[in-house]
Amino acid sequence: MANVFAFVESRGTDIRKVGFEAVTAARMLADKSGGEVHALIIGPPGISGKANQLGQYGAEVVIVVEHAALANYNPEAVTATAAERIKSGGYRAAIFSTSAQGRDLAPRVAARLGVSVVTDVVSFEVEGDTVVVRHPMNIGKVIATIAISVTPAVLAMRPNVISPAKNAKAGRVENAQPAIDPSTSRVTVTETRQGGAGKLDLAEAPVVIAGGRGLKAAENFKLVEDLASAFGNAAVGATRAVTDDGWRPHSDQIGQTGRLVSPDLYIAVGISGAVQHLAGMRTSKTIVAVNKDKDAPIFKVADYGIVGDVFEVIPALTAAVIEAKKHH
Amino acid sequence: MEISAVKIAVCVKRVADMDVRFRIGADNLSLDQAGLKFDINDFDAWAVEAALQLKEKHEGSEVTVISLGPDVVQETIRKALSMGADRGIQLKVDTVPFDGLAIAKALAEELKVGTYDLIFFGKMSPDSSNGVVGPMAAEILGLPCVTAISSLEIANGKGTAKRELEGAQEIVEFPLPAVLTVDEGLNTARYPSLKGIMAAKKKPLEVKAAQLPEPQLKVRKLELPAERKAGRIVGEGAAAVAELVTLLQTEAKVL
Repeated sequence: MANVFAFVESRGTDIRKVGFEAVTAARMLADKSGGEVHALIIGPPGISGKANQLGQYGAEVVIVVEHAALANYNPEAVTATAAERIKSGGYRAAIFSTSAQGRDLAPRVAARLGVSVVTDVVSFEVEGDTVVVRHPMNIGKVIATIAISVTPAVLAMRPNVISPAKNAKAGRVENAQPAIDPSTSRVTVTETRQGGAGKLDLAEAPVVIAGGRGLKAAENFKLVEDLASAFGNAAVGATRAVTDDGWRPHSDQIGQTGRLVSPDLYIAVGISGAVQHLAGMRTSKTIVAVNKDKDAPIFKVADYGIVGDVFEVIPALTAAVIEAKKHH
Repeated sequence: MEISAVKIAVCVKRVADMDVRFRIGADNLSLDQAGLKFDINDFDAWAVEAALQLKEKHEGSEVTVISLGPDVVQETIRKALSMGADRGIQLKVDTVPFDGLAIAKALAEELKVGTYDLIFFGKMSPDSSNGVVGPMAAEILGLPCVTAISSLEIANGKGTAKRELEGAQEIVEFPLPAVLTVDEGLNTARYPSLKGIMAAKKKPLEVKAAQLPEPQLKVRKLELPAERKAGRIVGEGAAAVAELVTLLQTEAKVL
């Protein structure tokens, strides 16, 4: 009876990294209370080919809903399908992701089930029938410990806090139908426009290089792009000042009103470190700052700082990273 | 083609300015309010702006601003009225709980009697940082919902919006009535004019008692996060790059 449900996010026929993280989190929760993990994956024909991977991450059962009309995210059909499965499965907890899609889906599903939801969960414990979660508030300046005493406990994990971990279970595949005909949804995603091919997302990249006003002009973001390419596993972000000026799209903004990132390595290039920016990156594992002003607040959160002109330091760093990668 | 008037509701929240060092109250469950400054949530201000832009396009439209909370939320409602909204409703409760479902239920009770064509929310508020009230209210009301929109067009009883995803965008179509939650990038909120501030004082602001259901989430403890351990300045200029790279390889082990 203590089984745990995981919603596995996908785009097209690809499972997203947060999908594996959700299964890993569900496995951890199920192991704390003794129970199975049942993972639900929904997508267009071809998605079932990916389902067998989920057993590797700890799912006993993988429910696959494949439908030609589900090439794009269909909020109403996915909500209905997930809610119906959670209800009929009698799960003690349901794990979602705090991604753009998860932020849309988890509250809809929870409301459909008549239960609350906590998003942006960074850790959890099980105390009898209660799931106790930690959730950053006030732009990460306060951490709340919240008890979810209702069943099922619905929580959405913050990306990148739990690494997908292999823990092979049976992964028995069950094929299922959407709970409503996707073509009857009132809200329809008519198109999903992909960003640059193969471009790493800010929330998923192990390395994030972010640029601020210190770069002086939009075209100088090339320095940041070059450093990102030198790493090979880096995504490029920006401060609000920069996105407000139109140097970069709003979707690149890291901060209070933008994206939350916590990569292994964060390099701040010409960023002073306004509170609103720090809110989006202060949980990064290692922070490097390059700024010409030695009193810039960014140096207070940086593990390593270089005081200097970004136009000299960043090209030198790019060359050094290329060199270091060669010998690795 | 002439487009008819739209009846719009915008749900707004009064939130503390985040640019401070928060202190935890003696009960470990609340924040010390001393010295905090409050204003309308940024995302909600963009929601008000979106509503006002539609009102300006569609003659005869009306914008109602709704806020749940104690009497101090009247300031927040007045701010939206001074931007140009037509009337306000305070749903009076002593405190606003963390539980988004409880908030959504209380708001939905009011929203369902308003027969609105569009209901706007900010996509989240920075204080509770949970971001669930809009879609939960939509679900309770049984209305179509699009979350975190960064563009919006309304024509002939239908809407088209854009949502930012990780490394992609979705184009979404929906019928009216609908619930929309607003992301940054949709617009820039206007500042209230002096004339607007004067006019807002005379606009209707209705106070209604609201019912909050029993919360299902219980905040057990608030605490400040562990401070990052002090970092260091490796050096100055390009000459410091070699040492930085060594530290990233040997100490931080990220390269």
